[in-house]
Amino acid sequence: MPFDPTIAEIRFGMGLSPDIAPPASADDMMARLTGPDAAAVIAPIPTYTDVYPSSMDFRNASRALNAARGTDGEEAATELQSKLREDGRAAVALFLQAELARSVHTNDGFRERLTRFWADHFTVRATSGIRRHLVSPYIQEAIRPHVAGSFADMLVAVVGSPMMILFLDQHQSMGPNSRTAQQRDRGLNENLARELLELHTLGVGGGYTQTDVRELAELLTGVTANAQRGGYFRAQQAEPGAETVLGVSYGGGDASLDHVTAALRDLAVHPDTARHLAHKLAVHFVSPEPDDAVVQAMAAAYLDADGDLSAMYDVLLQDEGSWSPEALKVKQPFDFIASSMRALAVPLDTILNATLQDVRRVAQRPLSVMGQTWQSPVGPDGWSEDAENWITPQGMAGRITWSMKIPRDVLDDLPDPRDFVFHALGPTPPEPVLFAANAAETVSDGIGIVLASAAFQRR
Amino acid sequence: MDRRRFLIGGAALGCSAAASPLVTPVAMAAAPWDARLVVVILRGAMDGLDVIQPYGDADLAALRPTLLTGEAGEATDLDGFYALNRHFEPLMGLWNAGQFGAVHAVSTPYRDKRSHFDGQDILEAGLPDLSGGGLRDGWLNRMLQVVPGLEPEVAFAIGREQMLVLAGDAPASRWSPDARLQISSNARQLLNVVHHDDPLFRDASAAAIEIAEQISLQGDVDAQTEDMMAQSPMMEAVQSNGEHVKIAEFAASRLRGDTRIASFSINGWDTHARQGNTLGRGARALNDTILTLRAGLGPVWDKTAVLCLTEFGRTARENGSLGTDHGTGGAMLYAGGALRGGQVIGEWPGLAEGDLYDQRDLLPTRDVRDYAAWVMRGLIGLDQSTLEQAIFPGLQMGPNPGLVL
Repeated sequence: MPFDPTIAEIRFGMGLSPDIAPPASADDMMARLTGPDAAAVIAPIPTYTDVYPSSMDFRNASRALNAARGTDGEEAATELQSKLREDGRAAVALFLQAELARSVHTNDGFRERLTRFWADHFTVRATSGIRRHLVSPYIQEAIRPHVAGSFADMLVAVVGSPMMILFLDQHQSMGPNSRTAQQRDRGLNENLARELLELHTLGVGGGYTQTDVRELAELLTGVTANAQRGGYFRAQQAEPGAETVLGVSYGGGDASLDHVTAALRDLAVHPDTARHLAHKLAVHFVSPEPDDAVVQAMAAAYLDADGDLSAMYDVLLQDEGSWSPEALKVKQPFDFIASSMRALAVPLDTILNATLQDVRRVAQRPLSVMGQTWQSPVGPDGWSEDAENWITPQGMAGRITWSMKIPRDVLDDLPDPRDFVFHALGPTPPEPVLFAANAAETVSDGIGIVLASAAFQRR
Repeated sequence: MDRRRFLIGGAALGCSAAASPLVTPVAMAAAPWDARLVVVILRGAMDGLDVIQPYGDADLAALRPTLLTGEAGEATDLDGFYALNRHFEPLMGLWNAGQFGAVHAVSTPYRDKRSHFDGQDILEAGLPDLSGGGLRDGWLNRMLQVVPGLEPEVAFAIGREQMLVLAGDAPASRWSPDARLQISSNARQLLNVVHHDDPLFRDASAAAIEIAEQISLQGDVDAQTEDMMAQSPMMEAVQSNGEHVKIAEFAASRLRGDTRIASFSINGWDTHARQGNTLGRGARALNDTILTLRAGLGPVWDKTAVLCLTEFGRTARENGSLGTDHGTGGAMLYAGGALRGGQVIGEWPGLAEGDLYDQRDLLPTRDVRDYAAWVMRGLIGLDQSTLEQAIFPGLQMGPNPGLVL
């Protein structure tokens, strides 16, 4: 099958919009992806470094409160702390709003999809209520700048990010013979090392052993984070001496972040990593059982390009199988909501001017009912790729209810369902959906049937 | 040769369920047995050594210098050898009533790579490993497959997450207590039209509409459940009103009706750091869940078995951050009026250096599937050969541990 602009928007992008022209070719998609990040400009999200309220804001507020206990200043200090908490909760919805605005109005949907794909690959969860709003800034800083570039750069940024360090307990891990461990009777924690090998690089089928996990954990000691400095390297808690990971010795001499970075860069271009990433991408975008030849070709192109992710995408987009009309994947709940709003052409101002209550009602709460509680997957392996995991009775109840009720809340004037079916599904919608859009009793039911249809939910 | 066809011939069920005086005509319409089985998957790898502490083993204290056990950890003595972690104290009432117990030093056949996700898949698939495309279905679903003619409401997977343990060819229901659905009959017909050729969407939508309707029709059953819970002293010990409590309430309301099997998960057991605190979160969720089931099931509790299974145990030694890393052997917790509680059973392997698996983990002395199989044997009356061949292929159940009363 040759490239198809409708499939390009639906399968690799954020869905069709009556107002935004789809890409003209696979090369056009790659050109948009490797060009400037226009969507980030229309709906900015701060980086972890720039975000308000920051971890330092919280730390200062809690210190000020402790100092003010029993004085006249206690009430003001308490108020400041609860304001920060409230602002943090608001920021969660604010960043969700920005992500929706980007996805609904971008002409580079592939970038939004890849950003969420890699953010999911490097899943973090907030380990404290005061960090819940920091997931989007983590993605903005560590993931998004690298989605069309070097995987090693992304891996290094992620491992240096306080969100990942705190999520997988790396700040708690000390070399058993390090100065800090000796003084404080502490030691190793394998969590990040194991997930780095199992999830982030080689994959669970990759050629590593428990000994590699242990050695990598020892090598990672020293990588830590705090409120003031974010992610940083603290030599006093690093295990002295060299460590051997997958047969290569790293470190020795003075402990240094460079030894960790060297190992990460090697892991990033390991053949098992290339295969793991290629397979995962093909599964995410095209098919639960991708063609092995394509996966091999993607992995080979990636290794040839020294770990440049664009090379991998290029092979996937040039493959004829990617343009098969058979839609084997289903939209995850966020993509379902965003692509619905895109098909409805919800104006940018409507999204950006929505109140936080609106964002919660239109997106945050429905996401939970559909099984995708915002930025809270159960484990570090992120969200499921299986259609069966999403299209469940309760998941469909959530999707159908959203389809029938939310569009009329968001838009004053709903489009005519007989036009909308083409906005949402392109020039050749399936006959039964065309029929149903015409046969609905009300406009909002007509819109709802189109959005709830398998034809719209699949990609 | 065709095992399944043979089983559908009716040989799968022994006589105990059918002969039970508890089987009412209404229950017979849904399933040919009356007992209730609740399977709770504890995701994240519960530390069996900390929950059911073998404090009578002289080697335990040295392995866990800060994760205090026994008296030092304010645990409650159970039998002179084992003690119950302080976070699980609310379950002592059930222990004393003989309705809460544990099996120790057990695991699935999964070894060595210690991945949560593969470990959970193996636990729920009930298979020795993941080779041969082993993830076709879960063992609870295979249990349903051997009993012909069951209605989907006989088994419920509850919550937002996928429960592989109940997934498979046999019909089972899935629902989350926070889901709602009301649509016009016209829209409902049009949904049938647009989903006609897509079985995944067609079946999920039809089930959603049917379950939502059922629930609104059975409002009186839910009201009864609420009344019973309001009157039950058990509910005083329930500490929260979180999602897990809503799931347990929903499970209880279904199980009081035609549902015989319910499964859901409780997350948060991956206690790599500060386990003294972090274990408390999972413990509270599990306590609340069991106590809510106890209260919500009323008289049905007496014929109920709750099995709490986890993908693997954790390292015998505490790690360097006051927690534990991924291990092998662990414990299965169980509760319910149909089971013989007030005991911790299992062959204890010891914790000396040479006793550990891979010099780091509690050595499993028995396959946890043996216990699940024996519970299904006793509760539902399934043949041993069916259990060893169709439900847990290749399992040898070994001697009966006598969990079912």
